[in-house]
Amino acid sequence: MAALLEVDGLKAFYGQTQALHDVSFSLEPGGITTILGANGAGKTTTLRAICSMVHTEGAIRFDGQSINGRATEEIVRLGVGHVPEGRGTFTDLSVDENLRVAAYTRRDKAAVERDRDMVYEYFPILKARLAQQAGTLSGGEQQMLAISRALMLAPRLMLLDEPSFGLAPLIVQEIFRIMRRINGEAKVSMLLVEQNAALALDLADHAYVLETGRVVMSGKASAVKSDEAIRKSYLGY
Amino acid sequence: MEQLIQQVASGLANGAIYACLALALVMIFVSTDHINFAQGEMAMFSAYLTWQLLQWGINFWAALPIVAFASFLIGVGIERAILRPLHSAPVLSIVVVFIGLLTIFHSLAGAIWGHTIKEFASPFPKVTFAGSGYIGPHQIGMVVVTILLLLALFAFFRLTPLGLAMRAAAQNPSSARLAGIRVDWMLALGWGLAAAIGAVAGSLVAPVVYLEPNMMASILLYGFAGALVGGISSPGGAVAGGFIVGVLENLIAYFGNLLEKASGFYLVGNGEKLSVALIIVITVLTLKPSGLFGHVTVKRV
Repeated sequence: MAALLEVDGLKAFYGQTQALHDVSFSLEPGGITTILGANGAGKTTTLRAICSMVHTEGAIRFDGQSINGRATEEIVRLGVGHVPEGRGTFTDLSVDENLRVAAYTRRDKAAVERDRDMVYEYFPILKARLAQQAGTLSGGEQQMLAISRALMLAPRLMLLDEPSFGLAPLIVQEIFRIMRRINGEAKVSMLLVEQNAALALDLADHAYVLETGRVVMSGKASAVKSDEAIRKSYLGY
Repeated sequence: MEQLIQQVASGLANGAIYACLALALVMIFVSTDHINFAQGEMAMFSAYLTWQLLQWGINFWAALPIVAFASFLIGVGIERAILRPLHSAPVLSIVVVFIGLLTIFHSLAGAIWGHTIKEFASPFPKVTFAGSGYIGPHQIGMVVVTILLLLALFAFFRLTPLGLAMRAAAQNPSSARLAGIRVDWMLALGWGLAAAIGAVAGSLVAPVVYLEPNMMASILLYGFAGALVGGISSPGGAVAGGFIVGVLENLIAYFGNLLEKASGFYLVGNGEKLSVALIIVITVLTLKPSGLFGHVTVKRV
């Protein structure tokens, strides 16, 4: 099967500082892939590079097309839903408006309505809070809203940047359970970046490990999980 | 008493124009954090365009939408051609660009149409009605047109997907990009709308202050004052602020005159209107920096 996303020799820069040195990986359609790594390893930068939010060199192909150097909004329009670090909530807009903004690029009204029902089914709490100002939602609710916004784009690939960040364990479990459902039911491939390696490896089928801007290991999630070095440095037992 | 009502009414009429200018400033400020100092001169230039169409025999109500649209295009063009390349430039460079634009529009209007004051006929019928001793038809017209314009803008921003996209882009540009919104074009659109609103304000106020290249100088100051008093981050607040400043300046002069008549002591009069208005602005900003209606964003961490 052709890869949905191929990243080859990716370098990324913040001004003069090089954050990614030579990152290569590919993503099969349909699966969940996770990128593990310590703070500062380049996980977030990798996701930002895919959406052209940092200056990059190297090749990035989505569904066979080169997307490197295109504008963020054009890449998004190809079907890449990015759930950003910090959730990216439109705090002054209502929950309903947040969801409508996310579907702004779509003209297929009937399908948008269906996706909205799907979002309500995954996250019933959002339906109850439609009129509320999104900035007043709890952290978990804002994370649910961020995932829902990405879903409203009808993406083929979802990039998730630390969806567990700052949330209570029960909420995290709930969100990860729903991510698995979204992956299976809505046929959205996922690229997940996580600090919480145990959680990410349970969800993902494939894993890459980043260290200081380089891929140092890759393989099936189960294999990565049982690797001794990984267990010691990322899983902590 | 009669005079007081008259002063308040004419204050509201002027306030309508300040409100338009304030709104135009806010339109650009919310998405770029810049105050467009050239907003007044752009409005003046648009008023000249309207006058030119009137000279060619076109009816005011046909000319106004044409000029508003032309101004919209000029606004979009300025953003795309001049400000886009400067989007990461320091604020000071942007300010210099605004001052440059101000001078350019000022001299351009003078060069094309001359510096002599021109009459600009009111588009509203000269009728007398109950209460016309308090407020003239043109003043009522200014208020009505302004309110219609505001309602239209409100509907645009609240009810249309494009309006929502503009609000989203102003509020959180990077998230807006991640929703596929072309944020750069939203900024240009904001500039266009600001120019179009300014065109309406300029064309409406021209019959009152007469047409000349300096006509908008003090009006922009009042509009700026209105925007600050109401809250520069809030379109509704800016409009309210515009009306407040309009009424306030008249009341200050009115009560100043009363005081002089009663006690012979001259404190304030027509000459000090602007100064007192600006003192009030500074007072409001000192006590409540976000403006009267400016909202402090609710954030839960």
